[in-house]
Amino acid sequence: MLNVALPKGRLGEKVYAMFEAAGYECPSIKENNRKLIFENEEKQVRYFWVKPSDVAIYVERGAADIGVAGKDILLEYVPDVYELLDLNLGKCRMAVAAPNEFNDDGQKVLKVATKFTNIAANYYASLGREIDIIKLNGSIEIAPILKLSDVIVDIVETGTTLKENNLEVKSTIVPISARLISNKSSFKFKGADIEKIVNSIKNQVKEND
Amino acid sequence: MIDNILKNEEKAIFALRELYGKYGYKHFKMSKFEEYEFYIQNKDFLVSDRIIAFNDTSGKLLALKPDVTLSIIKTGEDINGFKQKVCYNENVYRVSENTHQFKEIMQTGVECIGDIGLYDIYEIIVMAAESLSLISDDFVLEVSHLGLLSSLLDNICKNSGFKQDAIKYISDKNAHDLARICDENGVSENCKKMLAEFVSIYGERNDVLQKLEAIGEYIDKDSINMLKTLSDMLDNLSLGGKIKFDFSAVSDMNYYNGIVFKGYVAGISQSVLSGGQYDNLLHKMGRRSGAIGFAIYLDMLHDLPSEKEKYDVDVLLLYNDCTDNKLLTSKMAEIIDSGNTVSAQNCDLGKIKYKELMDLRGGV
Repeated sequence: MLNVALPKGRLGEKVYAMFEAAGYECPSIKENNRKLIFENEEKQVRYFWVKPSDVAIYVERGAADIGVAGKDILLEYVPDVYELLDLNLGKCRMAVAAPNEFNDDGQKVLKVATKFTNIAANYYASLGREIDIIKLNGSIEIAPILKLSDVIVDIVETGTTLKENNLEVKSTIVPISARLISNKSSFKFKGADIEKIVNSIKNQVKEND
Repeated sequence: MIDNILKNEEKAIFALRELYGKYGYKHFKMSKFEEYEFYIQNKDFLVSDRIIAFNDTSGKLLALKPDVTLSIIKTGEDINGFKQKVCYNENVYRVSENTHQFKEIMQTGVECIGDIGLYDIYEIIVMAAESLSLISDDFVLEVSHLGLLSSLLDNICKNSGFKQDAIKYISDKNAHDLARICDENGVSENCKKMLAEFVSIYGERNDVLQKLEAIGEYIDKDSINMLKTLSDMLDNLSLGGKIKFDFSAVSDMNYYNGIVFKGYVAGISQSVLSGGQYDNLLHKMGRRSGAIGFAIYLDMLHDLPSEKEKYDVDVLLLYNDCTDNKLLTSKMAEIIDSGNTVSAQNCDLGKIKYKELMDLRGGV
């Protein structure tokens, strides 16, 4: 039985469609109910919906053999997993944003508000810039407006939220998209099944490009 | 009988020590503490630089061992033609990546230090495979060659930072980000394609060797020949089919070189065995010998499924004041003699899980 952790939400639904097209369908998943685990005994596959930021943990700890997680989560938590495929879905970027008029002159410690403390710390360490990280869990955009921070490090999709709050992207740290990940031990023992899925989905990604 | 009582990791300790003894590895017992300074000098080799330190009665700063290999290396001496072969079973103290709290980890392993040759590498790999087979029939030992990997990346691109990032992506089997950094570093399309091919090469040893040769000029010929000879030697082994080649098994190149390997057991989510050649570490510590060894993380064996953990006892025997004492004692002896476990209680409150209930209560 192959256990697959899918991120709840629109991205997860798109990803399930790819698994379905790969021949690993599980019709019960489309029933309108509150169940979180769905199994297709015949295809030997079990899907479960989990919080997107938890997928990597399920996979790293072996509760799921494979799963789909955003590159942002993989960079932030650095789970010990194989990253087998870029699905080219959920594309966005991790960026530094600040009020339009802000200019970092490098004269003082930079105050950075973010949910992604590791990504921010690594990025500024690579620039040799001293920063003060302010960990927030949401509504990051208001931090510079209220002078809580100078800049923010956050995911930017269309940039609309930034614009509406008079912020702009100052630099892009890394492009983000959804990645298919595998538990390392599962890959040793269920490798043939995992590779079959990966190859089929890889072809679908190519066709979509 | 003892087999029924011992936990997975306890059984493994006895079996592994017996195995290592067969190959002439002497048990090495070390002190629980080392001088703190010793670890600070070699902190890059440690998994984490957070160490439990304390003052001894004379005021000297000591540490609870976070690692065993360093302690073994510092005791030996370099003698031409001699190999120090030791095995150990020790607790080490490290910070858990998940809880960020200190954790006691039971570790067993072997170290072979001295004039290391191909046979020594073969012997250690065989011992690693046999160790895994003592834990489970369903295991995989994957072997990689850091020399091959290192020369391949050096031949392709000399830009600083490329090699480090490429190794990370190869260890993650991440072909897409590997292709991205190739583009960023101006690597030719041919080499980019070849690296993508390299990431996808793993599995049966002969199959891997054939594909490696097909990749061509950038792969170091000496390393391939070494892997070929090693693979031929492993062919004669009954467990040989479970030993694969996989270049995603990498370790820190500041300390490790040549052959490195990782062992996986079905049902355990991470590698339970890790090892390789660490000549670079010895050289950093001023020694001229070579070294190879491995460690098994016994605490991970908790995750192995165990039938008996479903039950606290085989039989729950209930008795009360009305139960005939002779019947009670003879039933207890009968159950124990038959090799089963039993708990004698006055009633079943649901706190003990059992396979079978024997109710000897009178007047109920």
